[in-house]
Amino acid sequence: MSTKAKDLRNPLKRARGLGSAQFGVGHWWTQRVTAAALIVLGLWFVSMLLGLLHADYASARAAVAKPWNAVLLIAFVIAMFWHAVLGLQVVIEDYVHTRWKEIVLLVAIKFIAVLSVLACTLAVLRIALGA
Amino acid sequence: MAEFTLPKNSKIQPGKHYPAKDAKKPRTFRIYRWSPDDGQNPRIDTYEVDLAACGPMVLDALLKIKNEIDPTLTLRRSCREGICGSCAMNIDGTNTLACTKAIEECPSGDVKIYPLPHMPVVKDLVPDLTHFYAQFASIKPWLRTQSAAPDRERLQSPADRKKLDGLYECILCACCSTSCPSYWWNGDRYLGPAILLQAYRWIVDSRDEDTGARLDDLEDPFKLYRCHTIMNCARTCPKGLNPAKAIAEIKKLIVERRSA
Repeated sequence: MSTKAKDLRNPLKRARGLGSAQFGVGHWWTQRVTAAALIVLGLWFVSMLLGLLHADYASARAAVAKPWNAVLLIAFVIAMFWHAVLGLQVVIEDYVHTRWKEIVLLVAIKFIAVLSVLACTLAVLRIALGA
Repeated sequence: MAEFTLPKNSKIQPGKHYPAKDAKKPRTFRIYRWSPDDGQNPRIDTYEVDLAACGPMVLDALLKIKNEIDPTLTLRRSCREGICGSCAMNIDGTNTLACTKAIEECPSGDVKIYPLPHMPVVKDLVPDLTHFYAQFASIKPWLRTQSAAPDRERLQSPADRKKLDGLYECILCACCSTSCPSYWWNGDRYLGPAILLQAYRWIVDSRDEDTGARLDDLEDPFKLYRCHTIMNCARTCPKGLNPAKAIAEIKKLIVERRSA
């Protein structure tokens, strides 16, 4: 634009920037692997919830305490939060262009996700191990 | 944050109206106008063109306006047959080439013409493509080899040559890249569909020996992975190409060279 001060650098300098991070395929691949896992785990989770539709507290608690249910529930929680963090990261990188806000948000969602996973896992374990 | 509204000095104002006298087949064109010299906001000028005395393409109408109605209208054009890519612009909401877009193909009502979206405007329908071209240069779009140069051409089997179909036809008109929301928000770092299609054209070329380095250069959260398969690129390409597929192939090759 005409209002911008003339940039003395060659346009190629700007286009090449800091170069390639040589990184990013891990994010892309993990997003797809967790998505695939969530198809299976999500179906299982919904079917388990439907099975507990009119159950009372004691039978819901007993269902969660079953070893396979406890394992799959923890797996579901991990896959879901992992996938959520990867997705939110993309949204933040796309739209938040103030660098410090971007970094704060990227770190914050990771902290929140890890704490949520730990809390959910602890809850399941307490029921499963009969605490 | 990404900006979703135009800055104050970019808000579009109503412009001048140029009625057609005694037109047998009038059609109205609403065209974006902006000049860097007059300090005014952009405006939309309205031109009535007699299609009875005009060629069939949108470019014909634009040149008729420039020649007969308003010589200040500024646009790029060269080959007028869809091979140079100069006259890429946004016509009726879709990026395309004015020279291959028939006026009849535009839905009834006024034909709206804007420059390619989300690029700095030099004047009227002329966008500043400096960064786009620099990004193209950054992928080193030429045959890169390690082996000694042969005495004759580097040969390629018909099957390998076929892999370039759907890629070599790209004329770098920038219709796809400027239709891509990811390129709008992160075009400073994201290479965009056109440049990634060009990158894949060299990655898949059986004669090129620098495939690994090319993939290294692309594996980046912004250069490559800002593509979210929105598919505007494939929908808008005036040459009928599919940049999104080329990008997907690059992603597959980067996965292929690592362990799952």
